[in-house]
Amino acid sequence: MLNPHPGLPEFTYVKPASLDEACGFLVDHAGEVRLISGGTDLLVRMRDKAFKPAYVVDIKGLEGTDVLAFDPKSGLRIGAAVPMNRVVAHPDVQKHYPLLAKAAKSVASYQLRNRATIVGNICNASPAGDTLGACLVLGGRLNIYGKDGERFEDLVTFFKGPGKTSLQPGEIVISISFPLPEKGAKGTYLKLGRNKLSDLAIVGVTVYGFPDKMIESGFRIKVALTSVAATPLMPPVVETVLSEKEITEDTIQKAANASMDACFPIDDVRGSARYRKEMVRNLTRNAITEVWGQLQSGTKNRLEANR
Amino acid sequence: MTSYHQITLKVNGETEVVNVPANMTMMVMLREELGLTGVKNGCAAGECGACTVLMNGEPVNSCMVLAAECDGAEVITIEGLSHNGQLIKLQEMLIAKGGVQCGFCTPGMLISAFALLKRNPDPSENEIREALIGNLCRCTGYVRIIDAVKASVEK
Repeated sequence: MLNPHPGLPEFTYVKPASLDEACGFLVDHAGEVRLISGGTDLLVRMRDKAFKPAYVVDIKGLEGTDVLAFDPKSGLRIGAAVPMNRVVAHPDVQKHYPLLAKAAKSVASYQLRNRATIVGNICNASPAGDTLGACLVLGGRLNIYGKDGERFEDLVTFFKGPGKTSLQPGEIVISISFPLPEKGAKGTYLKLGRNKLSDLAIVGVTVYGFPDKMIESGFRIKVALTSVAATPLMPPVVETVLSEKEITEDTIQKAANASMDACFPIDDVRGSARYRKEMVRNLTRNAITEVWGQLQSGTKNRLEANR
Repeated sequence: MTSYHQITLKVNGETEVVNVPANMTMMVMLREELGLTGVKNGCAAGECGACTVLMNGEPVNSCMVLAAECDGAEVITIEGLSHNGQLIKLQEMLIAKGGVQCGFCTPGMLISAFALLKRNPDPSENEIREALIGNLCRCTGYVRIIDAVKASVEK
């Protein structure tokens, strides 16, 4: 092999000055355009000739894409051009959304996270995206701009398959917003990679729970699974198992089994489907146990503080 | 069709004006347009870190940035780390501790370590390891490199 690193295929780089201009360009050149924010996935796919867009449109600099703001009344907003390191380092993210910081920090390396973005991770719609689970359980909502103006979509309905989303031609995701976290919420993201850090996930399990008096078990616990189906999953059956009666080792095991049954992974270079299923069960059990332990000590502390 | 873009950027303190095709990465621009061959072409996929440079003060994989995106940027490569042939302590320690063997990973490793010390002047071993995750070395087994970073912050 004379040239092990073929360059990027030919394309035209476009940097629109406004959302309207960007949108118009996307409509006029439907099917020929790829958007670039951090480019950490796009450039690899283009180099490998998986994508051959005629135009690469840079969304950095467009209105609202650079916003990273926390409002104690409405929550957090992260623009499409905000690199993951900025999110991880933000004091309000660390304080109110530690799960999101943890998930973002598990992506590749420090220098890659200076380019990679959370919205890019979402729009890329890889079933293995490390931040997808956290964004789902935290109730992420996308702000999307199109030729008819702005619209909002909950992240749960956004993923349609590997690399496929509900975005319509001409649409651009400007930002993702999260409501305020629930009182006393705890969460974790457990990622199984071929090495301990920095690799793509073979299986990813995100668990997020909070006290809820309306629920039989006293806690609402959400579980998101990544890298185990064509899209990220939030199996309702797992949530039901954890809400119907008191949470014990036995119910946690039942929830872990339900997670395993709810996913349908594939065999690939990183792991076999059978291995993935068993790891989903084990990681789900570990993650729920971890979060459950934190929730219990959180409740105890509150009771003592109220005394 | 490839578009061409005239960009102005600062590289190691010098203002440069270059005309780059859209499909040229920052790594190729630095190496082939500006002759800064300390920027190494390893995996060209954002995995190995050999092409790491500082862009606006933060380390990035220059193979994962389009040259056209660098308009107005300030870039520091390994060539800009030392001044008038005077090595910085980090470089001296890397030599002293035997952290350089074939030398291919060294420029990226130094840039990543330099960026770490800038944001965290007294890192723990774990923090050093985390900061260097994106820089692969096939010779030294990493221990000597980590020792060098530690030694460079010892008083």
